[in-house]
Amino acid sequence: MNTLHYGVDAEGVATVTLDAAGKPMNVVSPEFIAQFSAAVDKAARDSSVRGIIVTSAKPAFMAGADLKHMLGMMQAGLTERDAYVFSQTAQRMHRQLETCGKPVVAALNGLALGGGYELALACHYRVIVDDPKAIVGLPEVTVGLLPGSGGTQRMPRLIGLDEALAVMLDGKTPAPAEALRLGMVDAVVSPAELLPTARAWILGSPDAVRPWDRKGYRAGRGLLDPAIASTMAARTAAIASRTQHNDPAPITILSAVFEGSVLPIDKALALESKLFARLLAGPVARNLIRTSFVHKNEAAKLARRPEGVPGRSYRKVGVLGAGMMGSGIACVAAQAGLDVVLLDSSIDLARNGKAYSAKVLDKAVGRGKRTREQADAVLGRIVATTDYALLQDCDLVVEAVFENTDIKADVTRRAEAVLQQQAIFASNTSTLPISRLAEASARPDRFIGLHFFSPVDRMPLVEVIVGERTSDRTLAEAMDFVARLRMIPIVVNDSRGFYTSRVFQTFIHEGMKLLEDGVEPALIENAAKQAGLPVGPLALIDETTLELPWKIVQEAIAAEGDGYRKPCSYEVMRRMIEEFERPGRKYGKGFYEYRDGRRGGFWAGLSSAFPPAARQPTIDEVRKRLLYIQALETARCLEEGVLRHPADGDIGALLGWGFPAWTGGTLSLIETIGLSRFVDECEAMAATLGPRFAPPGGLKDRARSGRYFYA
Amino acid sequence: MTAVFIYDHVRTPRGRGRPDGALHEVPAVRLAAQVLSNLAVRSHLDTSLIDDVVLGCAQPVGEQGSNIARAAVLCAGYAQTVAGQQVHRFCASALEAVNNAAAQIAMGSAEAAIGGGVESMSRTFMGADTGAWTGDPAVSYDHYFAPQGIGADLIATLDGYGRADVDAFAVESQRRAAAAWEKGWFSRSIVPVRDLLGEVLLDRDEHMRPGTTLDALASLKPSFVALGQAGYDAVALQRYPQLAAIEHVHHGGNSSGIVDGAAAVLLGSEAFGRKAGLRPRARIRGFANIGSESTIMLTAPGPVSKKALSRCGMSAKDIDLFEINEAFAAVVLRFMRDLDLDPAIVNVAGGAIAMGHPLGATGAMILGTVLDELERRDLSTALVTLCAGNGLGTATIIERT
Repeated sequence: MNTLHYGVDAEGVATVTLDAAGKPMNVVSPEFIAQFSAAVDKAARDSSVRGIIVTSAKPAFMAGADLKHMLGMMQAGLTERDAYVFSQTAQRMHRQLETCGKPVVAALNGLALGGGYELALACHYRVIVDDPKAIVGLPEVTVGLLPGSGGTQRMPRLIGLDEALAVMLDGKTPAPAEALRLGMVDAVVSPAELLPTARAWILGSPDAVRPWDRKGYRAGRGLLDPAIASTMAARTAAIASRTQHNDPAPITILSAVFEGSVLPIDKALALESKLFARLLAGPVARNLIRTSFVHKNEAAKLARRPEGVPGRSYRKVGVLGAGMMGSGIACVAAQAGLDVVLLDSSIDLARNGKAYSAKVLDKAVGRGKRTREQADAVLGRIVATTDYALLQDCDLVVEAVFENTDIKADVTRRAEAVLQQQAIFASNTSTLPISRLAEASARPDRFIGLHFFSPVDRMPLVEVIVGERTSDRTLAEAMDFVARLRMIPIVVNDSRGFYTSRVFQTFIHEGMKLLEDGVEPALIENAAKQAGLPVGPLALIDETTLELPWKIVQEAIAAEGDGYRKPCSYEVMRRMIEEFERPGRKYGKGFYEYRDGRRGGFWAGLSSAFPPAARQPTIDEVRKRLLYIQALETARCLEEGVLRHPADGDIGALLGWGFPAWTGGTLSLIETIGLSRFVDECEAMAATLGPRFAPPGGLKDRARSGRYFYA
Repeated sequence: MTAVFIYDHVRTPRGRGRPDGALHEVPAVRLAAQVLSNLAVRSHLDTSLIDDVVLGCAQPVGEQGSNIARAAVLCAGYAQTVAGQQVHRFCASALEAVNNAAAQIAMGSAEAAIGGGVESMSRTFMGADTGAWTGDPAVSYDHYFAPQGIGADLIATLDGYGRADVDAFAVESQRRAAAAWEKGWFSRSIVPVRDLLGEVLLDRDEHMRPGTTLDALASLKPSFVALGQAGYDAVALQRYPQLAAIEHVHHGGNSSGIVDGAAAVLLGSEAFGRKAGLRPRARIRGFANIGSESTIMLTAPGPVSKKALSRCGMSAKDIDLFEINEAFAAVVLRFMRDLDLDPAIVNVAGGAIAMGHPLGATGAMILGTVLDELERRDLSTALVTLCAGNGLGTATIIERT
């Protein structure tokens, strides 16, 4: 595959134009490296060439590495040594470029990120178009890596150590003006001036030797400079605090910059490659790339959409129930350009729901994200009403009324009475089985679950729940609707708690069970937070109150009778609700004390209600209980067919309840631990903690045969 | 092994470790040289009898670098045969220097040696001595480095010392130090520091705030809140996840003061005493070093004291007076709890909260102080200990002869 063009003009200016054939973006690939290297060599050997312009024929200059390609390498069992060699290949090309003896200018016609910006850093001069979309930066930290093609060495040497750290550690991607201020580029010009400026720079016969290749160049003083010592100490603490030692990328970037700063460039680059190799061959980068990028993008592009169903477009939707969820759904639908009928039992309730959108839009205007006119247009698309007749031409209706089967059945019938035959009826239930709700429907094949998360306008996930009689066409079209909302669907077969609620419940139950087992509450909360969960289970339960999990359990008991296995925290829930009357923050009383709505310390009576044991477990044991119980339940969901695809399990965990991104999700966590080790550990835990930790048969089979979730 | 005796000791008064401190104009080498020459002069010592001078220094860079002990030996006009070495065990450096000198004598490789220390904190700022421990990201990340103040607050949180407890300790330290000065308890060992014209710059500890009250301390804001928020509280909780939060209780008033100073202890064998015509004042019974958990950093005094006692075949009950460096109030409270001590026999003349802690010199200063108190009270045994950076502790046991 051709990745670039090469040409030399009459004045001896060579131009290497990156132009990956048949691809929307230039990316760093083995072919590119070979071809680029050859082009540099050609220019270097050609005595008529005075200098080289590197630019691109695509809208972007270069986006960096191909994440899918990298994921392939990682899943193929890349070793640290392989990763080092991989990194060195690109580094050699960059080194060849900057030492070719002729001045090289990067003419950045569009964005240059990651490996793309590292290529620009290896040039002697960087000129960029004055276009806010032409961002530059080294965002590798966001995928668990470090810039492994010289970025951690050249950027500090060009713009200063601390400045470069700020850019790399935060994954900042500044637009041209800011990039110029930081020294990340040397000139910002209009698009028409880009190539002329680059040519003029070359014709000015600039010095083609980098500062670090000049004789007498002195490397940094490292810890001989107390200012560097304090910078390193402060940044290390901030990183340790932020990552909780889960994601190794930030500290490795800091180490690469620090250790490299005292070395001559070639040794510094080799060091960078070694550190890069450790990250690339480790599990966290793979997890982040796989779930947070590759699989998430695939899900957003409807990878799980049934094949053969024509795409459906949407113009108008109905939302039944203008409570928190309904208001949020109406808001995202209107923002996506759909007309929305927001219906509730009273006009005041319906208008209240619309007011939520007004509030969200006002905030967007306040932050300069939207103009007032745009905001008014969005709000104008929402009609608040009590009249079912207005639903008549809706393509899809979502009900978000009270979680009660009878009420839901009633609104289903009333809506279907006016809806067209091809309209979809969706329920936003988070707990009630879809197939049972569909019994109220006259056309259960057009009935589906769309489980949104709160707050809807900030949570991009939608759990699409397929009932027993939901048709593939309905599923496909409902997914089109989710995509239209610019949200991400995962597909789940109907079962109690679906997927996200079911697994999430195991987390809070385990949190409470730990308390009952005599584990110090602070240790429980810290174990969760240090694992990377946003809050500890006890604080989380207080936020959402115990009422909801308690109600779910009571309904399950009513529905399933003796066959239902009560959750491990049943007694804790019962005592907190009935004995201590501390259901959560809403009541000012929970596992924590609340003063003026603010969370204080743990409830003073907690240690007498659940006395701490004399021997406390290690944080690692607590952390394992909290994480593994969720991983096991996800594995069960996959085996039972509740999940149709492992990627949906991982994506749902990250986006649905904030399972830590470094794990890649609940199933990727199992791969991170190692299948066999995970199964062994769970069996040991089951022996002491009970059958909830017993690994399901399918997982044991996988462990035996080494069959991973992802090939 | 040869028995090792303490023949004498001197120290400078401690000057405020700031540009307005009385000792700020004096380079560290001259502080050290003044105590060395004083020690020689007042004992009419033939310095050629001294084999080595070991000086502690916790920031051995810049003017305190390049083995300040040897430079001080020459500046003090000692015989050129007197060797010199500088040791770094953070805050325990000077006690380590004494132990090192004692070890040379016990081994028979030296007959007499001086152990001591020097630190001009007003001139060589804390942090000038950088290092992998705190400065290399890979090292500090993997080992959960947190600054000492966080460690002190961590001890208070773990042990349940509230603000009132640590402040009360500080008030008592000030009261004891003021009383000791008033009654002249230090006068035997203080060497006034003189300027280039021979005028006295300082003859009294400058950092003290006699009459400090609980109310006055209560108005001070805790010092380590910002460091905690910068990430170190999280780091500390990673090591101590049983805590809901770190209670920040330490501040300038209940932590050791930043000061300038130097001290020296003359040690020798019995034979040396005969040659020099000196009478031994005490014997070194033994000493020990230990490492402890490095994030909390400051909890080694209890374990290292038990280790030293055990090596000497003694128990805490055999010790008449204890001297522990008052790095932070909680360090002393933890130490007294570890050894189950009566506060009345710990730091009887006050400590570093009142008088200051010249990092690399303190160990020798407090060893001298407790020896003076043993004599004044006609008691026999004392244990001296300090916590030190990165989870270290040193203890030395002395006994009057």
